[in-house]
Amino acid sequence: MSSDLEQFYEVFFEESSELLAEMEACLLGLDVNSPDMEDMNAIFRAAHSIKGGAGTFGFTDMTEMTHMLETLLDKLRKGELEVRSEMIDAFLKAGDVIKDQLAGHRGDGEADPAAAVAVCEELSKFSEEVSGAAEMPAVEVKVSAESAPPVAKLTEDNVSISTTERTVFLIEFPNSELNEKVRSNLLSNLSEMGQLEKLVFGETESRSKLRLITDSTEENVWEVLAFVVDPTNLIIEIEALTKDSASMQLSADKLAVGADESELEEPYGFFPDAPGNTTKPYGFFPGSPAAPADTKDDEVKPGNCKVSINNKNTSSARVSTNFAETSSIRVSIEKVDQMINLVGELVITQAMLAQTASEVDPVVFEKLLSGLNQLERNTRDLQESVMSIRMLPISFVFSRFPRVVRDLASKLNKQIELKQVGEGTELDKGLIEKIADPLTHLIRNSLDHGVEMPDVRIAAGKPAQGTITLRAFHQGGSIVIEVGDDGAGLNREKILAKAKERGLPVHDGMPDSEVWMLIFEAGFSTAAVVTDVSGRGVGMDVVKRNISAMGGRVEIESALGIGTRISVRLPLTLAILDGLSVGVGDQMFIVPLTYIIESLQPTAKDIKSVSGRGRVVQVRGEYLPVVALHEVFNLRPISEEIHDGILVILEAEGHKAAMLVDTLIGQHQVVIKSLESNYRRVQGVSGATIMGDGKVALILDTAALVTSSYKESV
Amino acid sequence: MAKKILAVDDSASIRQMLTFTLKGAGYDVIEAVDGQDALDKANSHKVNLVLTDINMPRMDGLQLLEMLRRLSHYKSVPILMLTTESGDDMKAKGKEAGATGWLVKPFDPKRLLEVIGKVIG
Repeated sequence: MSSDLEQFYEVFFEESSELLAEMEACLLGLDVNSPDMEDMNAIFRAAHSIKGGAGTFGFTDMTEMTHMLETLLDKLRKGELEVRSEMIDAFLKAGDVIKDQLAGHRGDGEADPAAAVAVCEELSKFSEEVSGAAEMPAVEVKVSAESAPPVAKLTEDNVSISTTERTVFLIEFPNSELNEKVRSNLLSNLSEMGQLEKLVFGETESRSKLRLITDSTEENVWEVLAFVVDPTNLIIEIEALTKDSASMQLSADKLAVGADESELEEPYGFFPDAPGNTTKPYGFFPGSPAAPADTKDDEVKPGNCKVSINNKNTSSARVSTNFAETSSIRVSIEKVDQMINLVGELVITQAMLAQTASEVDPVVFEKLLSGLNQLERNTRDLQESVMSIRMLPISFVFSRFPRVVRDLASKLNKQIELKQVGEGTELDKGLIEKIADPLTHLIRNSLDHGVEMPDVRIAAGKPAQGTITLRAFHQGGSIVIEVGDDGAGLNREKILAKAKERGLPVHDGMPDSEVWMLIFEAGFSTAAVVTDVSGRGVGMDVVKRNISAMGGRVEIESALGIGTRISVRLPLTLAILDGLSVGVGDQMFIVPLTYIIESLQPTAKDIKSVSGRGRVVQVRGEYLPVVALHEVFNLRPISEEIHDGILVILEAEGHKAAMLVDTLIGQHQVVIKSLESNYRRVQGVSGATIMGDGKVALILDTAALVTSSYKESV
Repeated sequence: MAKKILAVDDSASIRQMLTFTLKGAGYDVIEAVDGQDALDKANSHKVNLVLTDINMPRMDGLQLLEMLRRLSHYKSVPILMLTTESGDDMKAKGKEAGATGWLVKPFDPKRLLEVIGKVIG
């Protein structure tokens, strides 16, 4: 059966991953004191769906784990048990185990069977709290002595009867795994459970066969064996029940009917009167619409049913599927990137045409020009929609944080609520993958160093529960992601003292924004106690470096006793940039628009020279260092006089600077080409682009220019 | 003309498996993702058989059964419930709601076709 099914594995894997994520999200959002029924149902349904699929596709380990989950969840949603936070923990652990199992079947990684056993035990302990009896949830083998009415509810009577029944199990497993000691231990353990008969059992045999007559449930037998025998090679069959049974009921959802059809004398049948009185995996309701008439022949005969757990661990296979969901298609990222590249080329061609057309007589070529205008609009729309293919909502990253916060908060004994704002904000897929680690680090940092212990918070007049806010929004061509907490805030004195101790160039008059940036220095930590969470000073510098590598910036705002907010500003995409083209001498440069505040033509009296520190310009009462672009790149400008040129006011990393250029040329959307991969890294340049006339224009590394000018002037 | 089957399950992998198996056996298949979806599709298509999961969001299989049986043209259409629910109370509920029969998950494609063959041949 499995070979037919392999082609659906991939869909099942994806579906299960989604369901697990959904389950985890619901679990994390669940209020233990007043659980939302909708959530409980959703969690149950997720476990249930995974179980259904796992059973169908023969992933027995997952079926078992989800069955345990489902059993407990069912009791919770029916109100037979109260939800407790330990249960949520156990559910989350179970989710992790299933994730591992899923990865194992997928072929990346291996599940740890010991973890599964531990979680199973935990879950069944919770389940047993309500049932009291030794009834294990996984397999219910019940015998109802009277033949009618067989429509049985799980009443107390039934349960108590079932526990006194004795079942004959046939157990089979390979010998090769066991040494002498383990074998004798196993035998004595099984003997304790009931009457054990060795059918085939000896060192010379390749497989052992045992018959065990016991009043234990199959689950118990299973547990004893699973400790020493690899569950994938273990076969436990129910041979018979010892009580004279007019009919038998097996909850067949647990039991995959053995693949070997010949074992089943009568694999199916129909009931003459009532539903349910069967071991069969399906049946018809006589008298119901369209039921087949030949129900008599198929009447079930007691005693000859044989149901085995199909424990064949089907080999994992990665099979791509042709059955795409109607709402989405799966396309390789290479194809998308190729398309983006081509559209980039198209944009350049369009710009070239536009440039050439600007030189012709608009009256004579009116139609051509209006066509070109149309082309420009269409190209831009096309480019936007192609770029949007790569865009994913940031919730792809955010969704992992509730778990991080929950686990860490309980480890640190802090009470923390995580708020998420703007999780629908879209970001380039490439950035999504890269931003996850830095954000995780920032959140861990907020948790560990930002939010105080509950008693400290209460003493400070704050609520015991701290709040960490994750917020994402678009601003201009950037996406801003903020990690904010209402914790203790950064301590200026401590940071400055630490910086002096480390010999960093600091002074007491530094503005806060610069003091805060010191925490991104390598090896910088003011944490009094180094915990295993954070505080070793490793990481914040890496965070900043990673974000800079993505073309992003980090800013910190903090107030002592009130909290800290770290903002990460990233370009929306790595491929295209909105820029202002400026001319210096005969060269053209692109300045990313996000950094530009304004452009102005200065008057001679606004310019002041500071001896040894270059020139400054007064703009709206503020003195800004002047960066003359021709000096940076050693070019000959049209005029050396500042008041003949144009100042572009830039802001980056909290500093402002005025960049002197000869002319402003125009605003473009440019396709970024890496200078590094085509030439080499150049100081002050972050990339290059091809302009409409085919010339290469360099894209300025604005942030670096601004910061270096600032350092010089200070 | 090929017989038409409405396959209702909220799990995409089960749906695909059903569709693949049934189409392979020459049936026409309409998929629905939950009870509500199935009801809409049942209204706009004439089907020979309905296969439905029980536990689904929005509208579960039992509600779907009841709703379908209220429609005049679904009074006698066979409806099989696919279920992993243990215990007979689910079967009893299914019968009450008007199911023709049940098939317990997990099942293999062969078994599925065998059961369907018995009902609509």
